[in-house]
Formats: sequence, C-alpha cells, structure tokens
Amino acid sequence: MAAESTNGTARAQDLAWRVGGPQGSGVDTAALIFQRACGIAGLHLYGRREYYSNIMGRHSYYDVRASEIPRGSHRDAVDLLTTFESETLSRHLMALSAGSGVIYRKDDADVELHKITYLDERYADDLAKYLDERGLPPTTAGQLADAESRGVQLFSIDFDEVVDQLAEAMDVAQAIAGRARNTLAVAVSTALLDFPRDYVHKAIAKTWPGRQKIIDLNLKAVDQAYEFVDANYDRSDFGVTLRGCDSTEKRMIVNGNQAVALGKLAGGLAFQSYYPISPATDESVFLEAHEEFATKDGGQTNVVVVQTEDEISAVTMAAGAALTGARASTATSGPGFALMCEGIGWAGINEVPLVVTNWQRGGPSTGMPTRTEQGDLRLATTGAHGDFPIIVVASGDVIEAFYDAAQCFNYADRYQSVVVHILDKALSSSSRTVPYLDTDRIKIDRGQIAEPRGDDHDDGAFHRYAVTESGVSPRTLLGQQGNAHWCTGGEHTPEGRVTEDPVIREEQIEKRQRKMELALREIPLEDKVKIYGDRDAELTIVSWGSNKGAILETLDLLEAEGISARYLHARLMKPFPAEEITELLATASPLVIIEANFSGQYAELLRANTGITPDHLVLKYNGRPISAEELIRTMHEILQGDADSRIVLRNHYQ
Amino acid sequence: MTTTTEEKKYTAKDFQQPNANDWCPGCGDFGIINAMHQACSKLGLDPSSVVTVGGIGCSGKAPYYMGNYGVHTLHGRPIPFATGIKLANPDLTVTVTAGDGDGLGIGAGHFVNVGRRNVDITYLMFDNEVYGLTKGQAAPTLAMGLQTKSLPGPNIQMKLNPMMMAYASGFTWIGRGYSYNVKQLVELTMAAMAHPGLAFLDVLQPCPTYNDLHTKEWYAGKDMEAPRPRVQALDESYNPHIDASTSEEDVLSHARRFMEETHRWGNEIPTGVFMENTSVNNFAERIRERVTTYAEQTPARKVIEDSNGNSNVDLTGIFDELAVN
Repeated sequence: MAAESTNGTARAQDLAWRVGGPQGSGVDTAALIFQRACGIAGLHLYGRREYYSNIMGRHSYYDVRASEIPRGSHRDAVDLLTTFESETLSRHLMALSAGSGVIYRKDDADVELHKITYLDERYADDLAKYLDERGLPPTTAGQLADAESRGVQLFSIDFDEVVDQLAEAMDVAQAIAGRARNTLAVAVSTALLDFPRDYVHKAIAKTWPGRQKIIDLNLKAVDQAYEFVDANYDRSDFGVTLRGCDSTEKRMIVNGNQAVALGKLAGGLAFQSYYPISPATDESVFLEAHEEFATKDGGQTNVVVVQTEDEISAVTMAAGAALTGARASTATSGPGFALMCEGIGWAGINEVPLVVTNWQRGGPSTGMPTRTEQGDLRLATTGAHGDFPIIVVASGDVIEAFYDAAQCFNYADRYQSVVVHILDKALSSSSRTVPYLDTDRIKIDRGQIAEPRGDDHDDGAFHRYAVTESGVSPRTLLGQQGNAHWCTGGEHTPEGRVTEDPVIREEQIEKRQRKMELALREIPLEDKVKIYGDRDAELTIVSWGSNKGAILETLDLLEAEGISARYLHARLMKPFPAEEITELLATASPLVIIEANFSGQYAELLRANTGITPDHLVLKYNGRPISAEELIRTMHEILQGDADSRIVLRNHYQ
Repeated sequence: MTTTTEEKKYTAKDFQQPNANDWCPGCGDFGIINAMHQACSKLGLDPSSVVTVGGIGCSGKAPYYMGNYGVHTLHGRPIPFATGIKLANPDLTVTVTAGDGDGLGIGAGHFVNVGRRNVDITYLMFDNEVYGLTKGQAAPTLAMGLQTKSLPGPNIQMKLNPMMMAYASGFTWIGRGYSYNVKQLVELTMAAMAHPGLAFLDVLQPCPTYNDLHTKEWYAGKDMEAPRPRVQALDESYNPHIDASTSEEDVLSHARRFMEETHRWGNEIPTGVFMENTSVNNFAERIRERVTTYAEQTPARKVIEDSNGNSNVDLTGIFDELAVN
C-alpha cells in the first residue's frame, strides 16, 4: 500500500493520491500540477476523474496513481487524501486505512454530516449509524476520530494562515494569494511525502507557460507549503514517501477521449459530426481543437468537425460524407446511440464504411451521465432493427483505444460496414502516461474501390451492390465519372433500385452477411481476443473494456501468491469469434466473467454464440469503476469455494 | 452548385432514367422531375457530379428518375445526408427532394438547423399537404379545419408556412413554384441550384389520389365565378435581392413584403423568387476561413496514406502538447 515504507523494504514505488472538492474549485488544476510533478520525476501515472453531471458546486475528485511500474487502474484505498472542504473529507475518509494520511482544513474538523449541502441523505444516514455504533457523533469530528482509530494519520492544516503568509511574502492581497490554494494543497501533500520540491517547481512552470507573475506566486506557494509542513510536522511523521526515478523515456499523458481522437487522426479521419453528450464530447472537441495537423512530408492536412442539431443528424451527416469516400465518424454515448440506430441501419444496408464511437455511461435513458457502465453492448451488437452486418470493437486502455480507433476505419472500408468502437466512461476520463504512440504502425486499408468507368459506356447504372462470393462489392464514391447508381435504405437490386423481389432480397441479405464470415477469417486472433497471464492456467477470467487495468493488476497479485491464472480480454465483440473462444475456454475452470453492468451482457453474447456459461459472473453497476482490490477479494472468495455464481461488487461509501 | 468545365455537353436525356415510374397518373411529381431534368442540363452540369438526395415518401423516389447519383435516405433525414455529401465533396451539386411531411414534420429539426449553416444545397419541397404514400394523412402544410378525403374528420392541427420557416431558419434563397407550370419551375430550379448557398423551393403540387381539395382544377381556379389560375407570378415590383450593400432598412422592408406575400393564400397564390440573399457566406466558406487546407484537401479528396501504405499523419506536435517530461 505505502509508496515506500520507512523500514526500507525495496518495494517498487506505488502511490495513490486523491484530491477532491466542489466542481469549479480547481481540483483538476491541483491534480494536473501533482501529475506533472510526478511525470517530470519519471514516474508512470494513472489518473481517474470522477464528477457529477453538474457545472459548479457538486463533489468531484481526482485520483493520481504514481508508480515505477505502469498501472492501468485506480486504487480504492489511497495513501494520501487532500481535501479543501467538509464534503470531500466526509466522503473519502472511509477509503483510508492504517498508514495512510489525510490533509484537511481546521474549519472542516467538526461539521455535522447532515448539514453538508450535497451529501446524499442515504450516505449521511448510513455513516451516522456506523459512527453511532462506535459511540461517535455524526460529524466530521466523529469520522476523524474513527479514522485515527483505524490508524489513519491526520494532518490538520490551517490553509488560511499559509495564504496569509504567502500574501505577506509576495506583497499581494489575500484574494490574490488565495488563488494559489490548489498549489498549496499539492505542495503540502508533496512535502508530507518528502517528495523533492524541485519537481513541483518544474510542474508549476509548465502549467502556466509565459505567465511569470502567476508562476512566481505559485512557486512561492510551494516553498511556503514546504516550510509550513517543516514547521509543524516532522516529515518522517508520515511513513509514506515518494521519490523520483531515473527514466529518460519521453512520455505523454492521455485520457481515453484524447487517445481515440488521436487514433482517428492517425487513421485518416476526414469528417466527424457530433452532438454534445457526456462522456463523449471531449473527443470531438479535442478533434476540433486540432482540426489542422501535420503530415509526415512536412505538409498540413485537416479534419472537418461539425456540431450538429442532434445525433440523428450526426450519424446521417457522417454517412453522407462517407459516401464520397471520406473516412467519416461520429462519437456519442448511449442515449445518442439509441437515436442513431435508424441511421446505422441505413449505413448497414447501404454498405457504407462508417465508424460510430460509443462512450458508454450509466443507462438507460439519462441514467448516470458521468458515471461508468458497460451497458450498451447488447444494443451495439444489433445496431438497429433488422439483420445486417456490423462490427463491434472494444478497447481496454488508452493504447488500445488509439490503435483500435485507427483500425476501425480499415475494418469499415474493407468490409464496407458500420464499425462500432465501444468504450466506457471510466476510460474516457482516465489518463495514463504512455510513450509517444507510433503512427508508422498504422496501415491504411481502403478496401475495394471501383475505378471510374468514364462516360463512354452503355452499361447503365453501376452495380454497386453486385453479388460476390466474399460479399464485398467494389465501392463507388459519389462523383466518380460514369459510375452513377442509387443508394437506398430499401432492399435493392445490385444497382441500388428498391425491390421487394424475394430472390433478390435473399441474395442481398446473404451477400451482406458473408462479409462477416470474411472478417472472421481475416482478423487475427489477437485482435479478436488477447490472452494475458499464464496461457495454460485453468483459472480463467474473461472480460472486456476498461476492466482490463484492474484485471491485469489482479493477475499480478495472484501470481505473487503463487496462483496461476489467465485473462482473456475480449476485443472483437461482433462478429463473434465463437470458434476460437470455444477452443480457448475448453479448459477454463473456474470461468469467471467480469463486467460493469447488471445483466452480464458479454456473458449473454458468449452463451448465445457458444453455449458456454461462466461459473461466476462478477458484476458492478453502481457507476464506479472496478478496482483490483475488489477483484482480488472476489478471486479469493471464488478460490475458497464459497462464492455465489453471481457476485455484485458494491462501494457503500463512495 | 458546381458547373462543369468539360467540353462535353449533356442534355436533359442524360439526366433521365428509364426506371419504371410508380407515381400515380396525374401526380404533380412528374412536373417537378421534368423541371429537374431540364434545369440540370441547362445549367451545363455533368450527371456524374450531381447527387439527388431523397427523403421517404413519393417525393423520396425522385432520385430513381434521375440519371445522376441518387441517394434515397431516411424519413426526415435527407438534409443531414446531403450536408455530409456536400461538405465532404464540395465539387458535387447536391439537391434534396423531399415532401412537406418529411421536411416540416419528422425532419423539422434539420430543416431549421441547416439554415444556420447556409450549406450550398438546394431543397425542393414537394408540397401537396398530405402524406401520400401512407394514404393521405394530414401533412404540416394542411390548414386546420380542412378534411381531405381519407381523413376521418377535419384537421385539428394548424398549418405552418414553409416559406416563413425557411426565412426564420436562415435559408438564403427562397422561392415557390407550381408543378404544372414547368416553364417557370425550370427557371426557379435553375436559380435555386445556381445560388451559392442554401436554397428552398416550395413546389405546390396536387396529389390526385389523396388531396381532393387542392386539385389541379382548384389551382387552375375552375371553381371560381370568373375562372382564373390561383397560382400567379409575384408582382414585378417585388424585389427579392439582398446583398452586402443592402441597408438594414431595406432588409426590414423586404422582410415585411416577404411576410405579406408568403401569407397570401386562397384565390391568389404568388410564385417566383421571394428572396435571394448573397450577403451571407456559406458553410464551406466558413470552414475554409478556419481550416485553410480545406480548400485543397476536402474530406473526399484528402490523402491519408504514405507511399508505404501507412498513415501519413505526423502527430508529434500534438504529442508534445500532452508531454509530461
């Protein structure tokens, strides 16, 4: 748990730091500075952002995990919690255990739980009951006493006093000095961790480039915080320390939204239409902010981004652009995807290469707009009413998200189909340090494109939907000389005229479906399902999407205990690679499927396609991402033989 | 609109199609499709660069009777499809053919919002006041109190004025024609297509099967005491032009006149060009102002691979923005 224990055990550093506060109060800025400082220090980072569907005032928090070994998930139990107000203090004290620490304002040390504005009544009631059972009052004082009794170290900081000192030192008004409050909080944290101050200084300079006055104020704030901590505490009081490590690798930090946007650019995206929706919007906004970008030959190219009036317009506009040959895409979340279904069906029957990115959130309907879930798999794999080929690709982390986003266009072009790239909120707002990604690894496959026939032919309309053995027909692009034909959402003849002829109907529906058989033949195994851990192990975990990070860490924990296990990370959800997965699962025992939804949508897909059912279905549907701590506990229960077949992961206090 | 520079001259025949036509005999659609064939050839267009985008309904079938690229889309959605096509390949001439129900009912959101963009496409609204293909329900252009023959009772929803709606939405060319005045309709279609922005042409047409109130005879005024066509050309004093130099006062006076003329209905229904506004830049121009490479590298034409078949993109600059060390 501790980043580096003072007794000198040579464990790899692994620190979990959490900062929380009302939205709009600078939590993100604090997290950014902390992350930068750790990044400059050569540590790997994993950041997780949790927030309400709210602009200002509701509780948000940010977890930074800084480690020597790259990690792909958060930790429920953090080492150091930094707070600015009573709600954050109250909400997260339960996440702390022996040896960890909390930083809080003196003023927040005794606040009645039921008077904290946004603390849910359910939460306050349960907490009050918990405290009452321990003879403690329903206040933050009660909570702090409870935490202390559990071995949590309390660091009461008089931030007002530090701000006063800063104002005096910089000869500025208190209100000005107060703006550096986030930096103070970060620096108090890093001082307690005995983290070299220089890294924080460098992070400050990088946060406000060219704005010397702000930099000077914040640099001084860092010094002030370190001095304050030294004056009031012995740095060795807090047993957890953080050090830099030697690393010359050039790294960037990207979240899921950015990774997909970058992958799309690398994959040749030319047109993206979207309607704002959490948690998908940031992807399109990032694209729009980078609408012109460089090419390897030193030139410039672009992507056209259009904000539409609704998701129906977004998907049909992208389909229109795709008809001209542009690589086109849209990005949305569940409610928007539901609106897009008719357009997806149109693209399906017309064999239009179209990429739809679905950033899943808690559903149905508005559900929980800013919380994670993997509840759209069932919808994505059908896409719309009727039978038509659709490809569904799921990514598990930012690196996969980047390369998959590019690869989706190749699938779309090669199989002339709609490709749904399915991701989730946990991935969208989690960021991770990665080496610079490699665009040279990205091949471009435009599939079969027809040659223009020119004007001198009497062959009539082009047979865009010619019946072929592979199911793929040479694709025209609107505007090609002499290739005119029709596109239609109606069943159609090879040249695209509407028909209700029974034989043509059979030929066309079968031809379209053959493309999925082709895809299953051509797509390599590792793009269908990726195997981690001991390939020969019987203990088998199957999952998909952003659960990957926590599962890989669970494999490490199991391995440390001498337990051999493997993880099958499902990537191609449709067409379903039934043959390979059946073979891989033949020896699985026990088979554990892990998903962030209520019904086990992947398990359902697996059963429908292979008849295989898991021994244990581990589910989580409270909107919070799955952690390795939860999984290792669950795996222990399973291995001890006293676990139910359906296991629900719950976070009572989060 | 994009005219061809090729030497080859195309005729109306190049825009025709021998596909079996399943519109009802006497349908107003025939006049419109005829006008489209003539307008395209008279404008000197190359059929390979013309895309007709249909909605759903009888009007949505129009692309099948054109010899150029035809895209038969979804009910209410031809506008966003057409927008995607035009923005991705500005060299194409894109025309939407859709009914009053398609554009003003199910597709009203797109009708309004495409106005905000002034995309260079032409919208031909087949305006017959009924949903023909589903057997005659009231369309958004059927007045309250009217009962066409398949309605169980008089219509209790009000009609909306498509011309006013186009004006409020921001269409920069607005006109009205009548499907049985093909000569005028050809001119109007040509003007609409030649306009370098978003054009709306409201085409009044009888539905001989389901609209027994506003028939060809009614439009011809045969029921009036002194029979006289109800459909009349706009008064010559009407000036539809607005350009960058038009004063605010003149814009307002045009707006008042526009409103008066588009509200006339009954015994005198004006047709012609109601507005031609060249003071507003179109969407492609707006994109070009922000994205200079868009002029050369349109989405349809941009190169995305290098000579090895790999991505030709260099993201180092963006990676540097995201660098942590």
